[in-house]
Amino acid sequence: MKLMIEAQNLTKRYRSRRDHLAIDSLDLAIPSGQLYGLIGPDGAGKTTTLRILSTVMRQSGGRATVAGFDTKKRAEKARRLIGYMPQAFSLYQDLSVIENLKFFANINGVASDRRDERIAELLDFARLDRFRSRPSANLSGGMRKKLALACALVHEPKVLLLDEPTTGVDPVSRRELWLILAEVVQQGVTVLVSTPYMDEAERCNNVSILYAGKLLISGSPAELEAELPFEILEVKAKPRRIIHNLIDGIDGSNGIVRWRPVGDRIRLSVTNLQKTRRWLRSELRSASAEISILREAKTSMEDVFIDLVETQRVVQ
Amino acid sequence: MMAISENAIETLNLTRKFGNFTAVDRVSFEIPRGEIFGLLGPNGAGKTTTIRMLCGLLLPTDGEARVLGLDVRHKPEEIKKHIGYMSQRFSLYNDLTAYENLEFYARLYSVPRRELASRIDELIGKSGLRGHEKTLTRELSGAWRQRLALACAITHKPPMLFLDEPTAGVDPVSRREFWDLIYEMAGQDVSVLATTHYMDEAEYCNIIGLMYRGELIALDDPDSLKEGMKGVLFEIECDDPGRAASLGAEIPGVLDVTLHGILLHVTVENSRLRQRIKKEFQRASIEIMRMEEILPSLEDVFIAMVDAERAQILLDFEDD
Repeated sequence: MKLMIEAQNLTKRYRSRRDHLAIDSLDLAIPSGQLYGLIGPDGAGKTTTLRILSTVMRQSGGRATVAGFDTKKRAEKARRLIGYMPQAFSLYQDLSVIENLKFFANINGVASDRRDERIAELLDFARLDRFRSRPSANLSGGMRKKLALACALVHEPKVLLLDEPTTGVDPVSRRELWLILAEVVQQGVTVLVSTPYMDEAERCNNVSILYAGKLLISGSPAELEAELPFEILEVKAKPRRIIHNLIDGIDGSNGIVRWRPVGDRIRLSVTNLQKTRRWLRSELRSASAEISILREAKTSMEDVFIDLVETQRVVQ
Repeated sequence: MMAISENAIETLNLTRKFGNFTAVDRVSFEIPRGEIFGLLGPNGAGKTTTIRMLCGLLLPTDGEARVLGLDVRHKPEEIKKHIGYMSQRFSLYNDLTAYENLEFYARLYSVPRRELASRIDELIGKSGLRGHEKTLTRELSGAWRQRLALACAITHKPPMLFLDEPTAGVDPVSRREFWDLIYEMAGQDVSVLATTHYMDEAEYCNIIGLMYRGELIALDDPDSLKEGMKGVLFEIECDDPGRAASLGAEIPGVLDVTLHGILLHVTVENSRLRQRIKKEFQRASIEIMRMEEILPSLEDVFIAMVDAERAQILLDFEDD
């Protein structure tokens, strides 16, 4: 399997915070053609990692390559093959949609005979054709993101690096951006996307979970979910306070690792599904609760994340 | 005294006009005590105006509303004593420490002097602010300030809590931790009304109301909203999602196909179409790694309702 992005021991210390590692000995191996997620909350190190990989910033230690080129020593070679969409709006507000695309085509050295054709493709692809003459300052949030994405793709990069493209975007635009990413991957581009949303992690071939500058784990969502040392039991019963009373008093002896409310259900992480289900059913019945759901549920990346972070906190 | 009512909130045709503009238009709902009610909608939908009327801060133009059995027109002062209200711009004093802010709000809400120290201590413990008591509020991060604001809003142990976009501007992980805290602090008997435009936040609510242009266009528990969606949703993981998407859209009985990254979401008329899809994919040599029926997310529900309403809602959403 050919690797398109590699990082070994990648470390960054910002000059303004000498006592703190923004990322600490990160290893990444991202195969060609994948949709790869960099997952974690604010302060995890996602932005720093993407800045280094995109060659716009140099690391303090370790090394990284993109498409085989060292991002420090052969930054210009690498840069030509990379499309990078930073988190902040990076376009010229006073330029129109099409002027922004032309500008980015020119600075990225797109051949003049290819340029107009490529821009037309992207306008169509990002569904921005109707707005081609609109100053980008007057675009809605979702449209700006799509334009920024189109600008990052104008020179037909092999690798696309996206820093939280869906943060602060409405649900409909969020869906549209992910659809576009899927299409980019179909065209053979390797995509590395950072996000704090766990449901977006599920949509990637592989993910790395970052927390406080450290890489906690990498793998496919299915693998990571399968490795969890518990299963999920979902329960919904009325009155709800009976469940809360029952669970509040647990000390682990009933096989309940943790629980959290989701809507009007409770999701329990349990080590012995059958046993806990039996226990809960009999307790709820003897309290005359009306049980509407008591069944196994699918584990999610959210469960993986919570488990990792809580384990991490205990270790620290 | 407070009237005994089974409902934390009751409204009937609640309406508020500002000049010719109707911000809240004949909104009627009942929320039983102890529920966590999420009012969802884009900016300008009327969420904040609704909250302000319920808190006794703004008089309705028409219609009725009761909070904890108290009429918002006739007992606004009484309501204020029994509710906690965390607004979008909750006023924490930046030049005071976390502890001093709590003390300020405890006094403002007339927490008895002999209970003051123990109540503040309890809130500091629950909110996880221990160690930060002496930190100046301006030096706290956004997520910490929100925790402090929540603690300040409940110093007087209100049975009803109003949260207006409580987690605006924090990342989803901090948002989840904040909701854990709301559950923890609210305990079991506190009723909560929270407004939000984050879908993942809405998943924490027991009852969801969707507001659009001043009107309440849907009201139900999350499961019922999801189950009310048309058709059956399959999530498919396969080796060629792009080709599978175009192929899937051609199959009769398939209502919608969406690519979610490498995953394919296929909405079909009924679950019997599972076999048909499998067969068609097999014929086209597309290998299915996983195929399962899933419940739509609230985001799916929201998008379907948006499609059914006006396309304008999208633009409203983005204008913030």
